[in-house]
Amino acid sequence: MNILYDAQLDGELPDNDKQQVLATLSQALPDMTLLHREEDLRPFECDGLSAYRVLPMLVALPHTLDQVETLLKTCHSLGVPVVTRGAGTGLSGGALPLEQGVLLVMSRFKQILELDPKARIARVQPGVRNLAISEAAAPYGLYYAPDPSSQIACSIGGNVAENAGGVHCLKYGLTVHNVLEVEVITIEGERMTLGSEAFDSPGFDLLALFTGSEGMLGVVTEVTVKLLPKPETAKVLMASFDDIEKAGKAVGDIIAAGIIPGGLEMMDKLAIQAAEDFVKAGYPVEAEAILLCELDGVEADVDDDCATVRGVLEAAGATDIRQAHDDAERAKFWAGRKNAFPAVGRMSPDYYCMDGTIPRRELPHVLKGIAALSEESGLPVANVFHAGDGNMHPLILFDANKPGELELAEEVGGKILELCVEAGGSITGEHGVGREKINQMCAQFQPDEITVFHAVKAAFDKHRLLNPGKNIPTLQRCAEFGAMHVHNNELPFPELPRF
Amino acid sequence: MTVTQQNDQDMAEALCERVRQAHRDKTPLKIVGGDTKAFYGRRVEGETLSTLAHRGIRHYDPVELIVSVRAGTPLMELEAALDAEGQMLGCEPPHFGEAATVGGMIATGLSGPRRPWAGAVRDFVLGSKVITFEGKELRFGGEVMKNVAGYDLSRLMVGAQGTLGVLTEVSLKVLPKPGAHHSLRLEMPLQEALDKLAEWGRQPLPVTAAAWYDGALHLRLEGGPSSVAATREHLGGDDLDNGFWIDLREQRLAFFSSDDTRPLWRLSLPNHIPELKIEGDTVYDWAGAQRWLRSEASADTIRDAAIRAGGHATCYTPYEEGGCIEPFTPLAPVVAKYHRNLKAELDPHGIFNPGRLYAEL
Repeated sequence: MNILYDAQLDGELPDNDKQQVLATLSQALPDMTLLHREEDLRPFECDGLSAYRVLPMLVALPHTLDQVETLLKTCHSLGVPVVTRGAGTGLSGGALPLEQGVLLVMSRFKQILELDPKARIARVQPGVRNLAISEAAAPYGLYYAPDPSSQIACSIGGNVAENAGGVHCLKYGLTVHNVLEVEVITIEGERMTLGSEAFDSPGFDLLALFTGSEGMLGVVTEVTVKLLPKPETAKVLMASFDDIEKAGKAVGDIIAAGIIPGGLEMMDKLAIQAAEDFVKAGYPVEAEAILLCELDGVEADVDDDCATVRGVLEAAGATDIRQAHDDAERAKFWAGRKNAFPAVGRMSPDYYCMDGTIPRRELPHVLKGIAALSEESGLPVANVFHAGDGNMHPLILFDANKPGELELAEEVGGKILELCVEAGGSITGEHGVGREKINQMCAQFQPDEITVFHAVKAAFDKHRLLNPGKNIPTLQRCAEFGAMHVHNNELPFPELPRF
Repeated sequence: MTVTQQNDQDMAEALCERVRQAHRDKTPLKIVGGDTKAFYGRRVEGETLSTLAHRGIRHYDPVELIVSVRAGTPLMELEAALDAEGQMLGCEPPHFGEAATVGGMIATGLSGPRRPWAGAVRDFVLGSKVITFEGKELRFGGEVMKNVAGYDLSRLMVGAQGTLGVLTEVSLKVLPKPGAHHSLRLEMPLQEALDKLAEWGRQPLPVTAAAWYDGALHLRLEGGPSSVAATREHLGGDDLDNGFWIDLREQRLAFFSSDDTRPLWRLSLPNHIPELKIEGDTVYDWAGAQRWLRSEASADTIRDAAIRAGGHATCYTPYEEGGCIEPFTPLAPVVAKYHRNLKAELDPHGIFNPGRLYAEL
């Protein structure tokens, strides 16, 4: 099944004449940058999931909110689909363009509008980079907590669209826990404020609904985030294990001891070796697994917790436990983990990063399943794991130049996600569904649940012009996908017509 | 660990059937749990649908920090089960009566004194089961910490007061109880307290509750024994019984006495707002971000002041007892339009708690 938009499976899209759309938009928005020549469109053909590429009909680069409003109103009246894009770092193809659609690029909105240390908030435009917020808040002893690995490049508008996470989620939450208010513009061009600087707002929690909605319900034009005081201190322990199951159990033991670490990460042998080759973080390359446990907070408590965790790790059978002596060594320990993806990238011409979540107790079972899939396909898999919150990032190594390997990697990836669903987990913890996992949505949700998602979409975007084909599959697609995955001779979705 | 207990009862199918019936007959339903928060919202006319029989902790794994519990389960029962494992609900929800249920906690979305530091009810919701207007019980979210597949219907249910469906089960993130705690009272004027709280808010202090009441700043410290002891030493003040926070949360302080017939308002405001000049008396919770106001001032006066400060105001006194006819702050026109659209999509015949939040929903 081709991953690119398929009108038969994803629904018919309006077929507009490019020259006509270009003429209408140029007339309505004479001062807005509107790209239309193939060579200008080319840089926008993909986001962070570069395996999938589509040339958009047009690329709009507005720099005022009035332009965004007019653009959306015009597209709405013409019936032209709109795909919104921030920094384009997303890993699930959420900003993959459409041939018949306008790509709305929000990267010119990069101003920090207000930073109020007394109220502990920052009000920023959607194109502001995640890390730039923490940098601006640093002089006041404050920071913005969610820290996706792409934080030097990804923008806050995209973070809201994807409900981005990071390595500190278990303790500090995802984007949804750290955003107070967003300004959005609907596909009909209406401006709306969701949430507020207060801790709650009257009515439905539309702020939560919009967070992680992947640009399907509206366009985020301003974001107010909560800033937190920087922890007084942070210390990192690194524990080696000769068995990955023991490492997995140690994670549960730390939580059972009543400790919520700031970060708790696991890497398997292949990932350790790749990271060590790349950044020389001082990782034990002979270990089957390592755990990185960061404890942060008030100095005296952190020292107590370090002692407790050390005891837990010893009891869990760690073969070696090291504590970073200073901030430089702590940064080195983390550098290996934060660079795990590019490190694995050096070992193989291509890699495919997955993002499933599972209940932690299922880790040994799921790791065995991944190992079996790896062996069966002949594609090596390195495992990097936000162990504290059960978010796995298996990295499937392949060579796109070898015929059939990309398809094989996609197939293995899909099976890993289905394994996560079977274990009671989810197909995506933080990267989003986008276009990439559109088929696996059918494994996680029943047709009735998908129907409710479509109802929510219809409440905000009746004509499905915002990012069509992403996030929520059609029932037709699920019927087709299900037909390829017949379990126990039972055909899923028997009531639907087959294409 | 799967918990079985006397009061473990799955009534989902019966509830679904009641909803299917209501859907066929287009009869509105008034969804009720322990009925402890009936005052919170507009009056609903409809046939009573009780979730009380659908109860029990379905799954609790302390090591995963996740509990899944049916809507009719008494909140006290859930809190006792968590307490036995050294854990708690981070949002510290008010009960307003022994009969309070988990479903009511989600439907109203009300959180206690720990909210600014730990998060609100919605922040701890990971998944839910909801009966749709067609009488189908569907599952959204899940029993994992991170899950961004599909729209976040589970959080949308929090505070929706049953107007979008019947909540039957919820999966919640729970937290370990802090190792040490100490509460204290510092005599100081209001503005000095608000200034101090703003300053402390930028420091990593182990504060988990802060209220200004009766001429004094009341603080709760929680965390590791070392940091609590050090902060206690640093701040001084008089010892305060920890029960103060329960009395504040449950509105049992003298301020909330029913002898006072002036309407009770809740003002939800940004962090740094000084005293609002509204006639009446005020208690400051959430370091000033949640204020309880006893006032005869008009609803418009109170709401205008709250909105100008960047927040909103809710009337806790029912209309029948002299409160405002619209308990919740009216929505901006565009926001109201999308509320109506959403309601029309998820409850086309208006059978779920019609009018509980706003007349049009």
